[in-house]
Amino acid sequence: MDFDLTEDRQMLSDSLTRYLKDKYPFEARTKVAYAAPYHAPDRWAELSELGALFALAPEDAGGFGGSGFDISVVFEALGRALCPEPVLAAVLASRLLTAAGADQESLLSGATKYAVGLGELEAPYELDLIATEATARGEGHVLNGRKSAVYGGQVAEVFLIAAKFEGKLAMFEVAASAASVTGYAMMDGGGAAEVLLDDAPATLLIADAGAALQDAVNAGIVALCSEAVGAMDVLHAMTVEYLGTRKQFGRPIGSFQALQHRAVDMLTEIEQARSITIKAASELGGGQASRYASMAKNLIGRAGRLVAEEAIQMHGGIAMTWEYPGSHYAKRLVMIDHQLGDTDFHLSRVMAA
Amino acid sequence: MDLSFSDEEQAFRQEVRDFFAENLPSEMSDAVRAGGELSKDMMDRYHAILNAKGWLATTWEPEFGGPGWSPVQRHIFEEEACRAYAPRIVPFGLAMLGPVLQQFGSKEQQDHYLPRILSGEDWWCQGYSEPGAGSDLASLKTRAVRDGDDYVINGQKTWTTLGQHANMIFCLVRTDPDVKQQQGISFILVDLDTPGIEMRPIRLIEGGHEVNEVFFTDVRVPAANLVGEENMGWTIAKFLLTHERTNIAGVGFSMQSLEEVKALARVVKRNGKPLAEDPLFAARIAQVEIDLEAMKITNLRMLYKAQKQGAPGPETSILKIKGTVIGQELKDLARRALGPAAAPFPGSIEGNLSLAPADHANDAARYFNNRKTSIFGGSNEIQRNILTKTMLEL
Repeated sequence: MDFDLTEDRQMLSDSLTRYLKDKYPFEARTKVAYAAPYHAPDRWAELSELGALFALAPEDAGGFGGSGFDISVVFEALGRALCPEPVLAAVLASRLLTAAGADQESLLSGATKYAVGLGELEAPYELDLIATEATARGEGHVLNGRKSAVYGGQVAEVFLIAAKFEGKLAMFEVAASAASVTGYAMMDGGGAAEVLLDDAPATLLIADAGAALQDAVNAGIVALCSEAVGAMDVLHAMTVEYLGTRKQFGRPIGSFQALQHRAVDMLTEIEQARSITIKAASELGGGQASRYASMAKNLIGRAGRLVAEEAIQMHGGIAMTWEYPGSHYAKRLVMIDHQLGDTDFHLSRVMAA
Repeated sequence: MDLSFSDEEQAFRQEVRDFFAENLPSEMSDAVRAGGELSKDMMDRYHAILNAKGWLATTWEPEFGGPGWSPVQRHIFEEEACRAYAPRIVPFGLAMLGPVLQQFGSKEQQDHYLPRILSGEDWWCQGYSEPGAGSDLASLKTRAVRDGDDYVINGQKTWTTLGQHANMIFCLVRTDPDVKQQQGISFILVDLDTPGIEMRPIRLIEGGHEVNEVFFTDVRVPAANLVGEENMGWTIAKFLLTHERTNIAGVGFSMQSLEEVKALARVVKRNGKPLAEDPLFAARIAQVEIDLEAMKITNLRMLYKAQKQGAPGPETSILKIKGTVIGQELKDLARRALGPAAAPFPGSIEGNLSLAPADHANDAARYFNNRKTSIFGGSNEIQRNILTKTMLEL
């Protein structure tokens, strides 16, 4: 048994954390997060140089990681800094390109930005209900449909699109120029896009992609859960610091037992969240990966909301303001539940398994 | 025991319902349904509609231009206003300062200010909280020093709701720093055009601008603007807080939210079916509905008691705690129901590309904004302290 990070992962974690603190401080982050294109090109290249993207893919696909723990280390650091860059899109895409045996050097080097179109308005989380359709046309294929809330889609040059083809769920590559892409800011910062496909020329990458798409989602869930753990750690620390410094009735509010116990309850939930995330990361790629990804996403949904709401409440008005970093951590924690399946969706999957 | 409203009360409900049906412009109910910020102009026009009917100052005595309603009538009015998706009456002049002036103000103050509140000529805001005085309001530091016929005010107020629309502010200020905190506070009326006042917006978590901070630097205010005696501000503050607590359970708003969530769950799809048919989500809605049904009765029981005793008791803190939690739970459900359609920042994608069903594009923003309700007006922690002291006597 060993719950410590390997030396390599610890180094990646440390250098990423240092870099983000230095180059992506809170003020810079908030500016990027809410102003188009919700992405800083310079920072993206630097993140790749630091290995944040290469860590997402296994060695035989050109990376140096690709396991659940590699993804976890990167996203915990991103979560601590509340980084709005579209790294989630890179995880999903890298996973799919690896499954397809396709070259992903330009993705990992940061030269080309990918985004993955999975969810649709009528099927936000359910892969088996995807309605976007592919048809053979000439030598290739065309796609028709609408992909919704495509994370990182506002800056993507290439889309990987899940679509029905000949009764199966398949995966296609589509150039951004072949689709109608409308980008927007997200509630919690960062960008996404609505992607409309109207006879969009597409290249078939995987004809029977059900398993590969589920694996990509599982990897994305490990990423989001790790990001949440990083964000929860920071928000909890902010709350505890505030309890120690904010004075009312002549003493620090942290001297009131009613608040002390609630801060401890937050801590307990965060440790549980960390544990289930470690479990999901360890199972990624294996036969039980989906089950543990669903468990993790359910628990993270509950813990994230609790930590966000309790942090706001115990700060009082100050964490209701845009200016205070804690409010942005709270927003991110709540909105993570809207990505790749929410608390109830994953609860029902655990129930059905 | 009889839970029914009297014939008179039911007739009153019908009258209010008919009034809204005939007089509330649809642009107003549409704006309320959409859940965004309302313009000052719209709020002013809504007030004018109620004022023309004599229903604007719902808590005022008839001699000052109020309708003279009982607590139950006010409750019925609130319920019907919510049912009609009417805007909220902006409370600072009407629900807060009005009753204060009627109770503690001079004849001159009553004659001057009360009609201007009704006409909309004055828009009031509240100068209570300070950066260092939130839950511990009595520790406020904004200083007012008597100098001839004036007071000179220095300090800072914060969380001033809709101050950007206001021309007047009522403030709690420290007039005696050498006595027990509560005994050195005064209540004073300040014209926001007075030199030395600066108002700055505070942007909230969801991006909206509804609160402000107000800075006072050597602001000269006529001593005639003092309400009541010098150093009796805390008595007035406590009186005002009981008025701030009318309709504190927010039952009407929660009933509105419940209907909205149910309607949303019928149009949003999950697992190929309407979300309303998902047993997990349906259970969540049912759970809040049960709490809300109980809250309706708890609210009426306390109204009944208030009507009998003449004033609401400390148990209204129960209404604040549970009422706000129910309201927040409903906003949480609306946000959840949207799934990824809650992702866009309000206004960043619109028209036919909007992800959310009509009137729901702001649901995530409303969820975040609504977290304020368990913090303001005496946080739910402070309400628990009040209940501990008054009901448990611990």
